[in-house]
Amino acid sequence: MATVSPALPPALRRKRRRERARTLAFLSPWLIGFGVFFLYPLASTAYFSFTHYDGYLAPTFSGLKNWDYVFTKYPPFWQGLGNTLWLVAVMVTLRVAFGLGIGLLITKVKTGAGFFRTAFYLPYLAPPVAATMAFAFLLNPGTGPVNHLLGEAGLPQPGWFTDPSWSKPALTMLAMWGIGDLMVIFMAALLDVPREQYEAAELDGAGALQRFRYVTLPNISPIVMFAVVTGVIQTMQYYTQAIVAGKVASGVIGGSGQQFESGYPHGSTWTLPQMVYNLGFQHYDYGSACVVALILFALTMAFTSILLRRKSGFLTED
Amino acid sequence: MTLASALPRERPAPATAADRAARRRAALNWVAVHSLAIAAALFFLLPLVFVFLTSVMTDQQALTSDLWPHHWQWSNFVKVWNTDGFLTWWRNTLLYAVAGTALTLASSLPVAYALAKFRFRGRNLALMAVISMMMLPPQVTIIPMYLFWAKQLHLSGTLWPLIIPMAFGDAFSIFLLRQFLLTIPKEYTEAARIDGCGELRTLLRVVLPMARPAVAAVALFQFFCCWNDYFGPQIYASDNPGAWTLSYGLESFKGAHHTNWNLTMAATLLVLAPVIVLFFFAQRAFIEGVTLTGVKG
Repeated sequence: MATVSPALPPALRRKRRRERARTLAFLSPWLIGFGVFFLYPLASTAYFSFTHYDGYLAPTFSGLKNWDYVFTKYPPFWQGLGNTLWLVAVMVTLRVAFGLGIGLLITKVKTGAGFFRTAFYLPYLAPPVAATMAFAFLLNPGTGPVNHLLGEAGLPQPGWFTDPSWSKPALTMLAMWGIGDLMVIFMAALLDVPREQYEAAELDGAGALQRFRYVTLPNISPIVMFAVVTGVIQTMQYYTQAIVAGKVASGVIGGSGQQFESGYPHGSTWTLPQMVYNLGFQHYDYGSACVVALILFALTMAFTSILLRRKSGFLTED
Repeated sequence: MTLASALPRERPAPATAADRAARRRAALNWVAVHSLAIAAALFFLLPLVFVFLTSVMTDQQALTSDLWPHHWQWSNFVKVWNTDGFLTWWRNTLLYAVAGTALTLASSLPVAYALAKFRFRGRNLALMAVISMMMLPPQVTIIPMYLFWAKQLHLSGTLWPLIIPMAFGDAFSIFLLRQFLLTIPKEYTEAARIDGCGELRTLLRVVLPMARPAVAAVALFQFFCCWNDYFGPQIYASDNPGAWTLSYGLESFKGAHHTNWNLTMAATLLVLAPVIVLFFFAQRAFIEGVTLTGVKG
């Protein structure tokens, strides 16, 4: 749109001005929100990352001290980054694969489709804290039903949330349980694949695997892409389940401000978002917490830009 | 569909060998698909069954590894309901979820409408900004936000720092509503304009009734988002048990009863129940909302 030049007739100029005022009025709640809840805190986070700040005394400029601390003198940072990347790699891959599998399965089910769809979707709705508490109970090494059944079957009984080498797989299993949203998205995409393409492939003698590889996958690839990128972004924010599982399994929970072993057991469920909470709200080291927050922001934005560039249906017009 | 209609029907004419083979393949396929579906259903439903069975066990039995309750102790639910604070957590959660949802809808709908239907400079930039906000982990901005609410406005220990921002638009809701509003043909809004409707009236009288499925989906998502929120209440309300929500309270409930898995699971079910009930009333809105985020461009 060209800028309003004085050559325009007054009536048209008035109309333009009215339209601009109207647009601003409609956008105003969000414009304020964007400034107050996004730009301002983001700039402050960047500012605090260069200061020594405990929340009581005024922040004092400290240069790159916090950055140096986080990268070189704070080993839990690397462990948390490693765990976060582990979760991103394993959880996202398995969630997309399992979600697609369940989506394919549900499109093939002929009898009782309504029942199965509801059964597969229902766990997705469970509040994260409730779901985590339920899994902490189910996977409880002493008395939990899962290890009871494994024992009956003569299989090994892992310590799950209490064993550092099993805690992340246990969290992954919990994530698989809440796959309902992905199932619905994949189901809708699969039902949109043109039938004629399958028939043509069948006439050419393509088997089930080939039909999946050459007809299904190319048709649903934008949705797979969408699921991967949003999955990565969600997993970068992974917080509630990790923290609740750690607290319940260690038995040190509840009460206001009660200290617990972060990332129990042995830091194996310790992630970047927890680090922000722990540094900021338990150690009152707001400066270092802001450094971690900015690293989290940079990583998330890197993934978001892939989403925006690949045009996975996000920015399409009308 | 019933079992009989899913299976190939018997035909009176003598079947050729090829027919029989095809029929056998279809029947085998049916059995394979449904066995897999049953196995998957067990994975999704058994956890809920075990949680339920434990919630009605006695204290002693919950300490053993028995799976089936010897004595169905329904009073566990009453005991949990009467626990100090449980009712307060319910009230707080409901206030947070209802107020949050209403404010989100009222503030996000006009923004989504402007982004979908108005042509103005910077529209794509605004949309990119909405998407960036949607992707932003809440932990990135939490420290300045906490300092702002707690140190400047002295509102820590309440849920207001969580509710008030909802009056300024929610990025995910704006995005989802915009995606839906794009699918409403221009002719409708233009006809309303020719009839002399202002934009606000066009939005409320013409567009809103057509966008009801998307509005319902956004309302449900936002309601559950608040209902399930753990991080927000942990930051702002942890010092004041009177302001705890169900998610935050549930976790500490386990602390107070830390050997009683039966009561803890009964409490877990009481938190889960409203979600499941609401789902059965509004299934369609859920499914439409989920597909709208992923599929429609």
